[in-house]
Amino acid sequence: MQIYADNAATTRMSAAAIESMIQTMQNTYGNPSSLYTIGQVAKEELEAARAEIAAIINAEPREIIFTSGGSEADNQALLSAAMLGKKKGKMHIISSMFEHHAILHTLNKLEKNGFEVTLLPVHENGIVRVDELADAIREDTCLVTIMTANNEIGTIQPIEEIGRLCREKGVIFHTDAVQAVGHLPIDVKAQNIDMLSASAHKFHGPKGVGFLYAKKGIVLSNLIEGGAQERGKRAGTENLPGIVSMTTALKEAVEKMETANAHKTKIRDYLIQGLAQIPHSALNGEAENRLSGNINFSFEGIEGESLLILLDQRGISASSGSACTSGALDPSHVLLAIGRIHDVAHGSLRLSIGDEITMEEADYIIEAVKEVVAYLRSFSPVWRDLMSGKKEFILK
Amino acid sequence: MALYSEKVMEHFLNPQNVGVIEDADGVGEVGNAKCGDIMKMYLKIDNEVISDVKFETFGCASAIASSSMATEMIKGKPVAEAMLLTNKAVAEALDGLPPHKMHCSVLAEEAIQSALEDYENRKSKE
Repeated sequence: MQIYADNAATTRMSAAAIESMIQTMQNTYGNPSSLYTIGQVAKEELEAARAEIAAIINAEPREIIFTSGGSEADNQALLSAAMLGKKKGKMHIISSMFEHHAILHTLNKLEKNGFEVTLLPVHENGIVRVDELADAIREDTCLVTIMTANNEIGTIQPIEEIGRLCREKGVIFHTDAVQAVGHLPIDVKAQNIDMLSASAHKFHGPKGVGFLYAKKGIVLSNLIEGGAQERGKRAGTENLPGIVSMTTALKEAVEKMETANAHKTKIRDYLIQGLAQIPHSALNGEAENRLSGNINFSFEGIEGESLLILLDQRGISASSGSACTSGALDPSHVLLAIGRIHDVAHGSLRLSIGDEITMEEADYIIEAVKEVVAYLRSFSPVWRDLMSGKKEFILK
Repeated sequence: MALYSEKVMEHFLNPQNVGVIEDADGVGEVGNAKCGDIMKMYLKIDNEVISDVKFETFGCASAIASSSMATEMIKGKPVAEAMLLTNKAVAEALDGLPPHKMHCSVLAEEAIQSALEDYENRKSKE
């Protein structure tokens, strides 16, 4: 059996998205900046895509900038808001401890350039508290950036309330919605969002393309100079096949969002119940406000990379927050942020399921994880110490 | 290219000398759970020859493979020879490890050194 359970890393492109990409490459090869008909046809397709994406998130077409993906959108959003703040002498930014590195590393860069950054705690349940955000906002706060849903543990943040608070305080609110767009309903007006980042390959579109939504009036700073594309805010000939394909994928994802979420929620809860039967294990992040496709567990006494490779041997593709899987010394900053200590964070498993998953596959996954965890524990010196009482269990 | 060599995968999927020696003559444990790797080696020594060796490892695939390979390399060898086992030799026997996984072979060397030290300490107390 082959089960792809790493949809938070990337998704398989949908047939319709592949088809529209091929069609665009074959038929609309013109440069949208060219004046002749072939170029103008390409320009029309580009603007049609922009209008469709804008409509899906309830934005205006001119508020959408196409980028190379979520990371670029995050970088541009943060650097732009920081530059606007700096002009007004506001150099304080608020974010959370478990943001994606595209956010955290950009914030590090801004700190080196004189900005002050406050990272809000995310607590054991993996949710930012709006009252703590209210306490953190200062006179000189220029930007709040909080992700819509976490990529590792899938917890969904109270975006609408955060946005409302930011509006009241006159602070720009950006959200990294890479894990949410195509999976959760997004309405930038109703949710009080000023800036939003999205990436096509997380919703069955192609890699290397995404978009940034920036509310009218927010002046963007360029990351890439060299042309008048994207209202002069992002130079470079547009990736039209990618943009059109992304649009097809997003339309499709939104159309089937409700049924896909109902199905995935059922399987997710079944997997959570099944894996919770493994002794000394725990779900990471709360079960309620959670992406329908995300399951993240820690198993005491084992290390995640070994678990992943043995699951791969059984045909299951998954991921882990273990340090060994990233080449870093520390395990996932997300798991540390929700209070998992190193020992337990190393033994984590993330399954991110797609809507094609079946109940039979869920049963197969549960059995495989049970087997592999038991096997790795059978020769783990940590497990031996825990079982003999020499060390105390952290996960009861 | 695969993440690991075939040799590493072979030893990870079918690790040799897994387990515990209850009446071991030397036991060594190195690493810590914080870093994500712990290795424990058990040695049975007769007439200064390692007659049996077992290991327990908490860690990634390369840590388990390094433990397995290192135990194979010292099994049946005189103590004096096992003392000379280097992490480089373990990594080479595994047809190489990714650069950021070299510390796994270092842990294997250290676990064996630690078990041999324990053996020497016990001997000097007799």
